[in-house]
Amino acid sequence: MSHGHELETSGRLYGLMAEFEDPNTLVEATSKAYERGHRKMDAYAPFPIEELAEALGSHHSRLPLMVLVGGIIGCLAGFGMQYWVNVIEYPMNIAGRPFNSWPMFIPVTFEMTILFSALTAVFGMFALCGLPTPYHPVFNNPRFSAASQDRYFLCIEADDPHFDRDETHQFLASLGPTEVTEVDH
Amino acid sequence: MNAITATEFAPPAATSGPRSKALIAGVVGLAATGAGFAMDHHHFYQAYLIAYVFWASVALGSLGLMMLHHLSRGAWGLVIRRQLEAASATIPFLAVAFIPIALGMSDLYHWTDTAAVAADPILSMKAPYLNREFFLLRNVFYFLVWGVLAWRIRALSAEQDRTGDAKLFTRLQGWSAIGFLLLALTMTFASVDWVMSLDPHWFSSLYGLWFFAGTGLSALTFTILVANWLAEREPMNKVFVRSHFHDYGKLLFAFTMLWAYLSFSQMLLIWSGNLPEEITFYLPRMRGAWTAASVFLLLGHFILPFLILLSASLKQRRKRLMKVAAWLLCMRWFDIYWNVVPTLQAHHGEFHPFAGIWIDLAAVIGLGGVWIWIFWGLLAKRPLLPVNDPYLAETLGYE
Repeated sequence: MSHGHELETSGRLYGLMAEFEDPNTLVEATSKAYERGHRKMDAYAPFPIEELAEALGSHHSRLPLMVLVGGIIGCLAGFGMQYWVNVIEYPMNIAGRPFNSWPMFIPVTFEMTILFSALTAVFGMFALCGLPTPYHPVFNNPRFSAASQDRYFLCIEADDPHFDRDETHQFLASLGPTEVTEVDH
Repeated sequence: MNAITATEFAPPAATSGPRSKALIAGVVGLAATGAGFAMDHHHFYQAYLIAYVFWASVALGSLGLMMLHHLSRGAWGLVIRRQLEAASATIPFLAVAFIPIALGMSDLYHWTDTAAVAADPILSMKAPYLNREFFLLRNVFYFLVWGVLAWRIRALSAEQDRTGDAKLFTRLQGWSAIGFLLLALTMTFASVDWVMSLDPHWFSSLYGLWFFAGTGLSALTFTILVANWLAEREPMNKVFVRSHFHDYGKLLFAFTMLWAYLSFSQMLLIWSGNLPEEITFYLPRMRGAWTAASVFLLLGHFILPFLILLSASLKQRRKRLMKVAAWLLCMRWFDIYWNVVPTLQAHHGEFHPFAGIWIDLAAVIGLGGVWIWIFWGLLAKRPLLPVNDPYLAETLGYE
């Protein structure tokens, strides 16, 4: 881990990581980086910070739309399944009600809608977050374990269109971090 | 946030604008309703009952939401507390406005016909409960309970404005806890008396809960409309923020679903049981002339608002949320119309969903105009924020 830095300084750079001592500086730094045009970046903190998501510019998630589509599929599948069984495949006269006894189908349809929405929400969230991720380059920074304790990190990735090794380094250093580190793949 | 003073949150002088408009609408509406009485007094009583139940549900729902707010201490409640207090303080007016229903009992309620009751074994069995004297006595009791609750909680809240005594906070919660229980029970009985007993043979154990959910929805939609008006003017424009309306949107969504859940549950139970004495409610509504009105109720009261309110960004946008709330308030009236009219028409066996609907509309506008006129008057009497509430500072920093 620690020697990776020396071995691959000229190799594949993942990004530049700045370490901060308090959440406010991190949010401020993130907003400034966003204003400067950086998009491929991520911020890390030991606890959820609401303002951080906004500072990162992640207003719109595709997840709600995915859940809606999942819900609609569940709804149609639930109703369709019962309709197929009760009207087409195995029609039975139950107390003289119509085969398409739709009020009786609603509870199952509802449950299927919820089930499909919930599963889409969970697995969609995994997919959008890129989980599971067994390897992530940010851990190549030996200091990074503090991100789950008492330190706050901002990492601007090397494939960001506005990334420039020296300029970005200077920019991050100007935001009041305790340290700016190069992180390799 | 600096210290909050009562004068800073005095109601804007502009409240007199909607207030006088409401009074004009009320007078014109009631005059038209009076003309309706002269032409067809059966229809007048039907129209008046629907209008009455509708506006009573706004007031009673406000009483319920107010107590719910005291119990839950949600940030959503503080900034609309004065509205809820003003709406629930209209209960004495509702008690007076009940007189025409008491006078029209013979027209509205089949169980007042002693000859018919004597000839009918089921109605004879129900007669110890469903009779004129006990009906009136029960209603007097409801208004006493509601009036005392509304008055007591409002008085404690006014005392909190004056003294800021920290003990009042817990006393308000205590009153609300008992009050909510009493409200749930009395409202269940009131819904049976006012609406369900229109067909004295029919019964549904879900009816009280359905009515309860409906009052919450009516009150919430009305509150959103008034909050929207206040949010555009001094001094409340500094207070209302996007997240308040997001909360009302979420509550509106929840109440819409609760209403649908209970309405549908009632139907599903009756559909499954398929018992002759229970299906009398749904037969005229699911067949013939009323079918389209029932589909419209399902679409307009649930499916359409449900789909619209799914959107998080819409719930945060005050103007759009207001439009949904206005629509739902109209649908609340239509729901009550749908509950009352087919039952009354079933007595003659003739179904005309919208025959003479102008009397119903005149009654709801007329009674509503007067009700809103009183509501605005009560709202304008006190500061628009509970200035000494211990949670106010926190709410104002609400993001």
